[in-house]
Amino acid sequence: MEIVKREKTASDDFKIRQRRAQQMLRGELDDADLEAHVRESIVTTTLDKAVGWARGNALFPMTFGLACCAIEMMSIVASRVDVARFGFEAFRASPRQADLLIISGRVSIKMAPVVRRIYDQMLEPKYSIAMGACSSSMGVFNNYAIVPADKFMPVDVHVPGCPPRPEALMHGILKLRSMIQDDPSMGWRERYNAVGTEELVPETPTDSPAVNVFQPGDTAGA
Amino acid sequence: MTDVSDYRRQEDALDVTAPRQAIEHDGGLEQELLTINFGPHHPATHGVLRLLVTLEGEVVRDLKPIIGYVHTGIEKTAEDKSYWKVIPVVERMDYLAYYFNAMAYCGAVETLVDVEVPKRAQYLRVMHLELNRIMSHLVWLGTSALDLGAISMFWYCFRERETILDLFEMSSGQRMHTRYIQVGGVIEDIPAGFADRVRSFCEIMPDRVDSYLDLLAKNEIVLQRLRNVGTLGQEELLALGVSGPLLRAAGHPWDLRKAMPYSSYEDFDFKVPVGTIGDNYDRFFVRIAEMKESVKIIEQCLDGLPEGPHITEDRKVALPPRWELATSMEALIHHFKLVTEGFRVPPGEVYYPIESPRGELACFVRSDGSSKPARVHMRDPSFVNLQATAPMVKDLYIADLIATLAALDPILGGIDR
Amino acid sequence: MPDATGLELLAAELRESQPEGVQDTEHFRGKAALHIEPAAVRATLRFLRDKGFTTLASVHGLDYYPEEPRLGVQYELLSMADLDRITVKLRVPLDAARVESVTPDWPTANHQEREVYDMFGVVFDGHPDLRRILMPEDYEGFPQRRDFPIGGEPVLFTKDEAFGRDYTA
Repeated sequence: MEIVKREKTASDDFKIRQRRAQQMLRGELDDADLEAHVRESIVTTTLDKAVGWARGNALFPMTFGLACCAIEMMSIVASRVDVARFGFEAFRASPRQADLLIISGRVSIKMAPVVRRIYDQMLEPKYSIAMGACSSSMGVFNNYAIVPADKFMPVDVHVPGCPPRPEALMHGILKLRSMIQDDPSMGWRERYNAVGTEELVPETPTDSPAVNVFQPGDTAGA
Repeated sequence: MTDVSDYRRQEDALDVTAPRQAIEHDGGLEQELLTINFGPHHPATHGVLRLLVTLEGEVVRDLKPIIGYVHTGIEKTAEDKSYWKVIPVVERMDYLAYYFNAMAYCGAVETLVDVEVPKRAQYLRVMHLELNRIMSHLVWLGTSALDLGAISMFWYCFRERETILDLFEMSSGQRMHTRYIQVGGVIEDIPAGFADRVRSFCEIMPDRVDSYLDLLAKNEIVLQRLRNVGTLGQEELLALGVSGPLLRAAGHPWDLRKAMPYSSYEDFDFKVPVGTIGDNYDRFFVRIAEMKESVKIIEQCLDGLPEGPHITEDRKVALPPRWELATSMEALIHHFKLVTEGFRVPPGEVYYPIESPRGELACFVRSDGSSKPARVHMRDPSFVNLQATAPMVKDLYIADLIATLAALDPILGGIDR
Repeated sequence: MPDATGLELLAAELRESQPEGVQDTEHFRGKAALHIEPAAVRATLRFLRDKGFTTLASVHGLDYYPEEPRLGVQYELLSMADLDRITVKLRVPLDAARVESVTPDWPTANHQEREVYDMFGVVFDGHPDLRRILMPEDYEGFPQRRDFPIGGEPVLFTKDEAFGRDYTA
């Protein structure tokens, strides 16, 4: 499945729509035109588009600052480049509640399994932005100690810069938002067979229960 | 290496089905010691710091920091690049004090090459260093107040930080990691209008600092959470090698800008804020007072800024100005040699310490006569200061651990390098 | 810094208490350094502490490849009262890279000696907890040695991998 860019129809052009609305109000539209206008102007969208619009506008980024880019990520929460105008200011600390992982900073080989684990703990649909040159493509340092983020997890948007300006990161997040609104699954998950990258919780041992787990029927206090 | 650590063995040997281990407590009560993992991904650890905290109830009994989660091999990368190209690499180490990293490295190289930095360049360096010090303390204040729950401080501090970053962008073109300080001076003279903007910043900044003090200094919650919490005396701090605002908060007035001045710091008149008992409250207010002193230094810099070149005239070390390339053949050759190969540094080893916002930041450079350094080591203050965490938080609550970690101001980029 | 004569006097005094300890003195660009035998490190630092150098500012290592002895460890001492600094340098060969740890006397050396061990492979005898600090605990090799390759990885972006465009091959 590929990402299809929606062609601009006549109803996208603001002036044409305005003219049509004027004509309708004045009673100047005749039958065929009137029907076309009603069909286009009432929100008869498909469910996918509605869901995509909602999903794109309700991203919860995760607090995941690694290095210098984290400071510029904190800047987008600050007042000059205010990410709250888009609704993305609710940075969640728990991966279970977040759906956008902004890898801000260099990923060292010790940290890579931790990042992967956190990405797995996030629930689908989840998106990721590799912020900065180091996480996208090793950046200033091309050595034994760091890995690019693409090596161990899928990345949707790369934001270049060292560190990228807060406006650049904002541009990257908005680009991601429009990608989500066009196509929430964004194609690569089917191609890449990456559906279902969630953490598998290991089965609890059944021989004896853990000491602090409440057993059903046990009313004497856990 | 076949050395498997104790912690790996302990982790593998953990058995959740075994009955709880009971520990005899002094008061006769049996208490259980629980070791939990804190980080590396945690909103309150100021970076990717992992702590293994041994708790008895809510009280911290022991603490072991595990670092290395943002180790970038900066020192190894620096051996592969010519001296001039090491500056951007080394700048990204302590990522809030980037001018200081560059200053320590350039100071070391200038000592090795034995080149003199012009007076104007020294004053420009001091001005940018002090602006960076204010900016680092602002970020620290914003994030530390956030840890305590005083969330609105974050926006106020970052508002000031944006003003400072505008100044950096005006003088060097970049907000962070500016490569402004070069070997022999600074990369460019300040543009027209810069001095006026810095002056207007210096006029508003002391009032802003006073407003932060109004919010925090006599606040009952701040007093209860920071007063007499995390106290560690001077002798213990000195034994642990701690320097900077942590040491000054304990009452020891050691500041390299006053004790062993470098880059014309002896020309400026400023005070060194010193605390009394070394608790978190002292650490907070030593840093806030330092912001005001830095504003004074910047004003004196502007008032006394001498005329002169902004980088050394030695063409073997510093790039010639672009207009000279059109007229002078030697300038063209120097430019070519410097850009392709870089300058050669006579063999030697030097350790150059400066006072960064976190303590003694030093750069050790060993050169073997070629155009690439043979060893660059940054002695980072946070790396050494982190060893003081365990004694500071012994027998405190977890919430106090968070507050103490915030007051310690660790920057993991510097710790891990 | 102790000037050149001060450094020589210091070295002479040290030689009296430890005849085998001091190899050389060095005064370079106004900074003083003592070259010592690896076995004499704790005694030398104790001696210098009595002389007023009460703070150990830094312990760092370096690799002198290809000169032998290859690995070096340096101790930066600071005297706050006299506003003085002095460096103590020692070198160990690769096959006998063991130095006595100064952590019992100077607690600040704890993490710093671990870093020297992690990056260069110098084993510090008597260190309370000698294990890797910056690299993962089961890493093999000592990265900062000069003959360790600098490394680096080819980068393949997700979109290119998904479309089957592998340009790194």
